[in-house]
Amino acid sequence: MSQGIGAAVKRKEDKRFTTGKGKYTDDIRMENQAYAAFVRSPHAHARVNNMDTSAAEAMDGVIAILNGAELTGDGIGNIICGWAITSKDGSPMNMGAWSALATEKTRYVGDAVAIVIAETNAQARAAAEAVEIDYEELPVAASLAAALADGAPQIHENAPGNIVYDWEIGENDATEAALADAAHITEMDITNNRLSPNPMEPRSAVAIYDDAEDHYTLYTTSQNPHVARLVLSAFYNVAPEHKLRVIAPDVGGGFGSKIYIYPEEIACLWASMKTNRSVKWTSDRTEAFLTDAHGRDHVTKARMGFDQDGRIVGFKVSTKANFGAYMSLFSSAVPTYLYATLLSGTYNIPNIYCEVLGVYTNTVPVDAYRGAGRPEASYLVERMIETAARELGKDPADLRNINFIREFPHQTPVIMNYDSGDFEGNMRQAMVAADWAGFGARKAESAMRGKLRGIGMSCYIEACGIAPSAAVGSLGAGVGLWESAEVRMNPVGTIEVLTGSHSHGQGHETTFAQVVADRFGVPIDTVQIVHGDTDKVQFGMGTYGSRSGPVGMSAIVKALDKLEVKIRKLAAHLLEASEADIVIEDGQVKVDGTNKVLAWHEVGLAAYTGHNLPEGMEPGLKEGAFYDPLNFTFPMGCFICEVEVDPQTGKTEILKFVASDDFGTIINPMIVEGQVHGGIAQGVGQAMLEEVRYSEDGQQLSASYMDYAMPRADDLPDFDVLHHSTPCTTNPLGMKGCGEAGAIGTPPAVINAITDAIGNNDLSMPATPAKVWAALNSAKVAAE
Amino acid sequence: MHSTNYHAAITAAEAASLLSSAEDGALLAGGQTLLPTMKARLAAPSDLVDISRAEELRGISITDGAATIGAMTTHAEVAGHAALRSAFPALCDLAGRIGDPAVRHRGTIGGSLANNDPAACYPAAVLGTGAIISTNTRDIAADDYFQGLFATALDAGEVITSITFPIPRAANYQKFAQPASRFALVGVFVAQFAEGVRVAVTGASEEGVFRWTDAETSLSSDFTADAIGGLSVRSQGMISDLHGDGSYRANLVQVLTARAVAAAS
Repeated sequence: MSQGIGAAVKRKEDKRFTTGKGKYTDDIRMENQAYAAFVRSPHAHARVNNMDTSAAEAMDGVIAILNGAELTGDGIGNIICGWAITSKDGSPMNMGAWSALATEKTRYVGDAVAIVIAETNAQARAAAEAVEIDYEELPVAASLAAALADGAPQIHENAPGNIVYDWEIGENDATEAALADAAHITEMDITNNRLSPNPMEPRSAVAIYDDAEDHYTLYTTSQNPHVARLVLSAFYNVAPEHKLRVIAPDVGGGFGSKIYIYPEEIACLWASMKTNRSVKWTSDRTEAFLTDAHGRDHVTKARMGFDQDGRIVGFKVSTKANFGAYMSLFSSAVPTYLYATLLSGTYNIPNIYCEVLGVYTNTVPVDAYRGAGRPEASYLVERMIETAARELGKDPADLRNINFIREFPHQTPVIMNYDSGDFEGNMRQAMVAADWAGFGARKAESAMRGKLRGIGMSCYIEACGIAPSAAVGSLGAGVGLWESAEVRMNPVGTIEVLTGSHSHGQGHETTFAQVVADRFGVPIDTVQIVHGDTDKVQFGMGTYGSRSGPVGMSAIVKALDKLEVKIRKLAAHLLEASEADIVIEDGQVKVDGTNKVLAWHEVGLAAYTGHNLPEGMEPGLKEGAFYDPLNFTFPMGCFICEVEVDPQTGKTEILKFVASDDFGTIINPMIVEGQVHGGIAQGVGQAMLEEVRYSEDGQQLSASYMDYAMPRADDLPDFDVLHHSTPCTTNPLGMKGCGEAGAIGTPPAVINAITDAIGNNDLSMPATPAKVWAALNSAKVAAE
Repeated sequence: MHSTNYHAAITAAEAASLLSSAEDGALLAGGQTLLPTMKARLAAPSDLVDISRAEELRGISITDGAATIGAMTTHAEVAGHAALRSAFPALCDLAGRIGDPAVRHRGTIGGSLANNDPAACYPAAVLGTGAIISTNTRDIAADDYFQGLFATALDAGEVITSITFPIPRAANYQKFAQPASRFALVGVFVAQFAEGVRVAVTGASEEGVFRWTDAETSLSSDFTADAIGGLSVRSQGMISDLHGDGSYRANLVQVLTARAVAAAS
């Protein structure tokens, strides 16, 4: 059976994961290991007047207690934001300083002010609790509204009014003119709820300083160890790159939250040098809620205009984005270039204008979380068009259909240039699978049981495979977003692929091997994928934005191309044939039309013995490539959700969920289906269950699983996952990416279904039973 | 977790003695609340006295008209007890929907009642049937036992030994789960006896589990869902939190009571 592209082979990595043999950062144990605990601010906004560590320092096992003044005194740099956004008026964004250990002020509950190093974890934690700090509490702005109010507390000196930037994209005048002429305008206020990422494995770091070599090693839970090394070296001045090795071993989920280099990793590396001990820190679940970067948190006003025939003529969007207390690594790009550039959705919209106000608040920093900007865009566009259909009395599928983009490439008014897709084909396939036509009868049957049935769809599009380096550079990105790969064929014919992508649950060890198997016909068990170690892998930009397929695998394809050229040349020489007649299949090298054949290992052996090489050929079989994408890729699809609401309690049950996606080429359908399932689950989580809530004084009210509702299996129906693929035209395998689609397309489908059921479009996420019940009652009151 | 001294007691008397000699001791039953609280460093007893292995505190016996459950009987044992299920199925159903399988195999009825979490399920059954809570020193009537959030009539060092439920003619427990914790956002236990109907509500009130006496009066004369149609539940004094405000909880009390009456068996 084929193990190549399109084969649903089982995951190679699952034996170790399912038998408890995975090796995670917290599994690393060093002989001279000490433990770190952080002293964290209990106040959302406070001045640190005095810190008394004397009692804590006298406690059993305490090795050192280090603070922010010592950290900055040693030249450790402030934490950076890697994407410079320019405001409407041409001014750069107003960024406040973020020190790994806060010095004069703390700006959110959980902000670290000191690191305690002790012999045991329990001793470190006990000592951290014994550090006495004289805090002077300051007024708190824990929400967008509070931070933007007159007289709001100033969180950073150099961000007046707490505004980081006031950015825009598109043409305001043309959009206003189009809206002025519109036959109908749909206007909505849309909130995108704040989420906590909750990967199963909490963040962890083991920092190892070797004083003899003046060398550092950091084991950490990272989605991009090379970027971590780059930033730790170039900006945080921990050590130059050749004196710092970063290893991200098995990592148990990230969803974006493990892209960033956090204060804890920086402080542990520095403390390892200060104490000359290996230092381990592992977050507990409470710390994860308090310090892992959150996701989303937008408030938006939007107007969408339609002509007499229902064609969209203009779309104007005004968004406020909450960044929390500090600007995290990718945060500035999320509500701008990862969001507003997708506001055309799957539709032909001639005029779009979007302005975004980025705002500091006294909350945990907010950054990219599964989907990163595209879920916000998709939720906005798909709720707007669904609501418009209801207001216009049109079938929501028909209204979408007359607005679908049908010719490619398609240049939107907001930068993106879509290369491919069949939007109507996808929607029709989903509608058939969902039995859209039979909904009326099912609704009537529900009504007989006293239940309210609703159906909703979303025809999302997103942008993956970030990103063309020159393009993102021109938009302010501080790095290029290519990917690298090296392919080594060993003397015995086995193959190692070193990739800059990082697998933290995605199954790269299997899918990447399948690409090699597809090329040469070798079994995937003879292919090893090496990733996650800056001493092994040449370089890499890591895994996020569904880029490992379209970008990471494209780099592998380029390296395989080079390797294949050399293999053909060598084989032609050994078999005394023309290169054009060499055929590579089933793990053999043959001369077409003859019985001349080389076994796979004979090719490897010949290359490494070097006894008989073509003139000028170097020994060995090792090729590398850097792949810089030509464009973003554009996965799209149609999700349909059918729900039943109990009007007495507001409880919603999802009865059916259909996802029809266009991911371009699919390497392993089983893994892709798993990605879609996980994405839908997270999307349902955002739509119905999850929300980070703060009190006015900046305490997180939802900082445990007692109050933060994660989706569970019994919250979800069986998913009907379908594909309708058009290959991407801008990368060699035709891949579009599948990792985030579920989380992007699901929330609007769910909310459109619930609002259909209850007859009230004014419903915000998460649509909890209490909120649905309240929305039902207010609809009843309005009707009376 | 802070360090603590662990003791295992095999009888209630031994537990009481160990507790009295501890500086700041705590009884450990199934540990489903106390241990997570200790792990979160929110509780730091000097001594833990583990009574979960006290055989005299385990088991279920059914006599004429009453079921007696040892304090250290797990939720899973209650849920899976065949004789109890035929005599008093509503109690088995309640126990079978507490937490998840891991919680049900560790958590105990005595631990739940001693803790008296305002959103726990067992207090509704105990108050809803007028059960008797027996301790190492006395018997306490349910109506006297529950005294507000996490507050009970237990004295310091007093150990619950068993709970005796009068078996109702018909009963039912309706639980509407809080989406995150799956504790009761509101839970209503309705029990019909020859002498009248009792209705106990958990999860809803700022005062903890309570009896809805208006409903009891109406249902005692007419045990149908329609009998409470005209009653209203005041949202004042109801819990308002992230998961629902007082008016939503008041609505749930009404809806769940009607459903419990309709489903009572």
